[in-house]
Amino acid sequence: MIKKENLIFTNLYGFNEPSINFAMKRGDWKGTSKILKLSKQEIIDKIKDSGLRGRGGAGFSTGMKWDFMPKGSSRQHYLVINADEGEPGTCKDRDIIRNEPHKLLEGCLISGYAIGATKCYIYIRGEFFNEASILQKAIEDCYNRGFLGKKIFGQNINFDIYLHYGSGAYVCGEETALIESLEGKKGQPRLKPPFPANVGVFGKPTTVNNVETIAVVPTILKRGPNWFNNLGRENNCGSKIFCISGHVNNPCNVEEELGVPLKYLIQKYAGDVIGGWNNLQAIIPGGSSVPLLPKNECENVLMDFDSLKNAGSGLGTGGIIVINKQTDIVKVIARLSEFYKHESCGQCTPCREGTGWLMRVMNRLVNDDCTVEEVEMLEEVTHQIEGHTICALGDAAAWPIQGLLKHFKKDILNRIQKKQVA
Amino acid sequence: MPKIFINDKVVEVDDGITVLQACEISGIEIPRFCYHERLSIAGNCRMCLVEMENSTKPVASCAMPVAEGMKIKTDSEMVVKARKGVMEFLLINHPLDCPICDQGGECDLQDQAMAYGKGLSRFVENKRAVKDKHLGPLIKTHMTRCIHCTRCIRFSEEVSGNNQLGTIGRGEDTEITSYLEKTIDSELSGNVIDLCPVGALTSKPYAFVARPWELKKTNSIDVFDAVGSNIRLDSKGDKILRVLPRINENINEEWISDKTRFAYDGLNHQRIDRYYTRNNDGKISECSEDTAVNILKSKFTDPKKNKIFSLCGNLIDCESIFSLKLFLEKIGLKNYDCRQDNSFFIPNKRSSYIFNSSISGIDESDLCVIIGSDIRKEAPIIGARLRKKSLDKTGDYNVVRIGYQYDLSIDALELGKSFSSLTNLQNSKYTKLLKKSKKPIFIIGQGPLCSSEGENIFNFVLNLHNRIVKDPNWNGLNILQNYSGRVGALDLEFYNKKNIQKNNIEDIYKGKYETLYLFGADELEFDKIPKKTFIIYHGHHGDKAASRADLIIPMPCFTEKEGIYVNLEGRAQISRQVKMPIANVEHSSIFFSKLASSLGFQNDYSDLGSLREIMFSRYPILSKINQFKSEKSLKPSAFSKKFSKNVIISNIPNFYMTDSVSRNSPTMSSCSLQINENQNKL
Amino acid sequence: MSENSFKVIAEDSLQPKSFSFSSDNLVKAKNIIKMYPSNYKESSIMPLLSIAQNQNNGWVPKKAIEYISDLINVPEIKVLELATFYSMYNLSPVGKFHIEVCTTSPCMLRGSDSMLNLCKKKLGIGIGQVTNDKLFSLGKVECLGACVNAPVVKINENYFEDINSQSLDQLINNFKDNKKIKIGPQSERKGSEPRK
Repeated sequence: MIKKENLIFTNLYGFNEPSINFAMKRGDWKGTSKILKLSKQEIIDKIKDSGLRGRGGAGFSTGMKWDFMPKGSSRQHYLVINADEGEPGTCKDRDIIRNEPHKLLEGCLISGYAIGATKCYIYIRGEFFNEASILQKAIEDCYNRGFLGKKIFGQNINFDIYLHYGSGAYVCGEETALIESLEGKKGQPRLKPPFPANVGVFGKPTTVNNVETIAVVPTILKRGPNWFNNLGRENNCGSKIFCISGHVNNPCNVEEELGVPLKYLIQKYAGDVIGGWNNLQAIIPGGSSVPLLPKNECENVLMDFDSLKNAGSGLGTGGIIVINKQTDIVKVIARLSEFYKHESCGQCTPCREGTGWLMRVMNRLVNDDCTVEEVEMLEEVTHQIEGHTICALGDAAAWPIQGLLKHFKKDILNRIQKKQVA
Repeated sequence: MPKIFINDKVVEVDDGITVLQACEISGIEIPRFCYHERLSIAGNCRMCLVEMENSTKPVASCAMPVAEGMKIKTDSEMVVKARKGVMEFLLINHPLDCPICDQGGECDLQDQAMAYGKGLSRFVENKRAVKDKHLGPLIKTHMTRCIHCTRCIRFSEEVSGNNQLGTIGRGEDTEITSYLEKTIDSELSGNVIDLCPVGALTSKPYAFVARPWELKKTNSIDVFDAVGSNIRLDSKGDKILRVLPRINENINEEWISDKTRFAYDGLNHQRIDRYYTRNNDGKISECSEDTAVNILKSKFTDPKKNKIFSLCGNLIDCESIFSLKLFLEKIGLKNYDCRQDNSFFIPNKRSSYIFNSSISGIDESDLCVIIGSDIRKEAPIIGARLRKKSLDKTGDYNVVRIGYQYDLSIDALELGKSFSSLTNLQNSKYTKLLKKSKKPIFIIGQGPLCSSEGENIFNFVLNLHNRIVKDPNWNGLNILQNYSGRVGALDLEFYNKKNIQKNNIEDIYKGKYETLYLFGADELEFDKIPKKTFIIYHGHHGDKAASRADLIIPMPCFTEKEGIYVNLEGRAQISRQVKMPIANVEHSSIFFSKLASSLGFQNDYSDLGSLREIMFSRYPILSKINQFKSEKSLKPSAFSKKFSKNVIISNIPNFYMTDSVSRNSPTMSSCSLQINENQNKL
Repeated sequence: MSENSFKVIAEDSLQPKSFSFSSDNLVKAKNIIKMYPSNYKESSIMPLLSIAQNQNNGWVPKKAIEYISDLINVPEIKVLELATFYSMYNLSPVGKFHIEVCTTSPCMLRGSDSMLNLCKKKLGIGIGQVTNDKLFSLGKVECLGACVNAPVVKINENYFEDINSQSLDQLINNFKDNKKIKIGPQSERKGSEPRK
């Protein structure tokens, strides 16, 4: 679907070197100074016009998010990059960091300029040690070339980028937890209001953006908002990296236009479902937090924010987890319940107590060691968590189970009854 | 003033408050566990969720600021469902051990479970068990009961400032602890027992002692320091079983110190309940009241009666002091004092011995200069109030300190440790700071005031204060008294104006007096008193003085009588009687009446009521119960700028042992051992 | 086999008597502290803990927590909070090669359970345990974020992707024998591209 000339990440797979020289050959840092001659508002407006929506999961308009930052204030502003990739099924930012680090850094400079920030922290998950080394090298090269530091491109722009390593906490992908972590605290999400645009990291106005979001900014501005806007579908513009994992013949990352049919994506790039399309049981289309789609829903669904929402799921991070028919779907979801229990920060009651409860019931359900009433209770408990927590981790723990029960409850109840009869 | 709708009713509320507060104001109770008026907002328990128009999810009312036109529902189906859900989550891992839990009967979780609990558990998994933590001799833990509200952590960070509590682990394995279970090193630690909404943190000394509904509750005031914290004494039969704070915004807000809370067990030990005399063989033996009266009679009729010196102690109520004073006046004795430390003050000038700004005046002040005080130990409540002020993010509040650098848990600008460092206040850097200030407070500790340079310091600081302060209504010269009985005794003029400048204590040690009448005075260095001095001790504890005394007269302690105490602000408050005196020991006023009649005269009062009437007519300030009366600033006398190089130190070396009661408290002893030992290790 | 955890503070007999940063690490630490506003000294706790862990063979001893608390003047409990909250800090000794098997659903679908069992069987240890020769230790971790290269194990700071029983077995042998190892995909792939 996507034309080769429209690909943003031309070195996604790292066939080429990530170094600054090669990156510049690929077009990075070309025309950056011209972009920085635009006013801040012009850049924000262009990003708004492009229709770019955050690639970290929530899909909020990036231009609007930037517009929330206070204007003309003398306070220090911060740009924080969320490189704490950890949503099961997602591994796109890792490729950007290790293969296209200059797209990210150039994006940081431009985005930082647009929101009035002179300092940027890239919060990278600690496990990405080798990736972070590449990024660190890229940062140093930028300083040496005068792309970062003081008086960038001879203009009155100062910008510093610091790398901050996470240390293993999924919840730090939530922007306020990330901010807390950056301040040297436990990664426990903050209450909102106040929002980060007013009180962010170190008490100062802050914008937190995902790696992919920021890495596409330079290309959008270079090729124009219209170019990006024309890719994909209305309100779901541009291209995005999809990660296809699980039961496909050729798991892979691939950049495609939003709105690409799920089935096409899997068959064209991932070599189809193991055992063929008809062997498909279900797909989790947007990272582990979104409800799964059973095969019949996967036939025609398009991979974009609105289509997937209408199908009762979500685009999330674009991490597609394919599950074939040889798999116990309950076990797959139970494992996710274990994940959320392990990653709950423990701050608020419903998530702290609820995720453990869900996990325990799910683990029994795997062995059909549950009563019919308990299946109903399980569903109720997910609703007791959903919407009652400080951050979205509670919702994320609830949705996979809700998705499972929505589409597979009958099968599960049959299994239980069979066991009871036996 | 935004108008908001709560359950379709319009309410006009102050800007900047939260939805929870707005609901409270309009009389709607919102259940909560983590929210506490005096701590930062955590929003973690999720019990206070309410429905807000245009929000698909219920919102935490404790953290949501009110906004014009906001529509809140507190009783909708969404809200009830949310609260019931949260309650179920709180209960699934909470043990069902209410019958053996000390919090039973006064437990927030128990109470709210009655309203929102299911009654039946759907949770069939194993409940979580959490290892108990050692937090020292005061706080008993039962961590399986913890609901992770983090009030205790926020208290230690925001109020007491010891920063020793935190959580380890995460998710459902989160546990509250101190670093490697180190003993909590704080003079305010006991407050976490009150703050804990469940039975996770309870009182160690009160463990398994009583149920709240069996206790008799007496509202009273604390006497273990000069703050006059408002307390409630819970007793059963003739035993005091625990002490809790009462809210008084002007004084202790809702905190009390660990000594206030736990030293009460000293009242059950080493009590003097009868009369004793020392025989010729040097041993002490019991005697009758008549024998004691006769001995006293012989002393007070002796032609050399001017060789008698009377000292009143630090914990004595005004009525008792006044009864002694009336007696001494009747027999014409003029040698008496209420200071065993020779602390500097100016007779009849209240402003020279009270905390002039008042305690709540700290909140109004814009600069604090501490001169030689270990506030955390001398008056933990004032330390916490000052700490709160210094952390107030709205302005840059500076605390400047001269004297030994005790750990105050407050960031202070250090000007030097010695008396001579006082002159640093006149360095250009600090004069700027001082000049900027409109409402400074100068807290002078008893350490420097009891030293030989006390008078000079007082006048130096007073002079500085008067030069800065332009507002005639602001008096920021704050004398930090250490003892509950001191201000009252000074108000009652229990001193001889003529020999006020002399060092009476040195005279005692030099043997100038043949007889000492120690009215609860226990803080002398008894080995310095000549052997030949005849010592009468009239008090309630067999402590330092009693072991040296030649005649011992019993006295009821402060929980066994009603009496007025004047706190360091000069605020008179009434300490209430909780129980009858042990062994029917007589109130000192009755004893002095008996003594008077044996000497052939009658006292002018017949009971405590008429004694008080006389006292109020002579000292009307004492009748202004619970009121603070501000004093105008004094004019300084001449002073020199020559100060010694000596380090200014506090005169409270051990917070846990400051008087005859706390010295006899087993709980205070173990605190003194464990906590002071920890501090020495550091 | 029973499961232990490296998140449990090691018993005193295993704790070193003292800890301080090497001179190189102290320079690193000082540069890290400079990265953050001076009134947010807590920000450097996490990177400092990582340096301490690296210096101390992959785990953080109590003395290191106290050292860091002292170095940047924050309460000890604040350092311990982070050391126990974040899963990458080990509080008890790990092997020279610390193997962490990702077992979250995307890896599970590609056979991570048998990879974990292989490790247990081959090394003769359970999760949270160290081999007698102290060469290997085994952990089970949540999503490592390399899902299209599942199953994935992390050994010390490196990822080994697209593994199967054979390649994992070989990999462990190579570590044991000090032989050359290939970091990254153990298949013919370079990264996340579709197989040709």
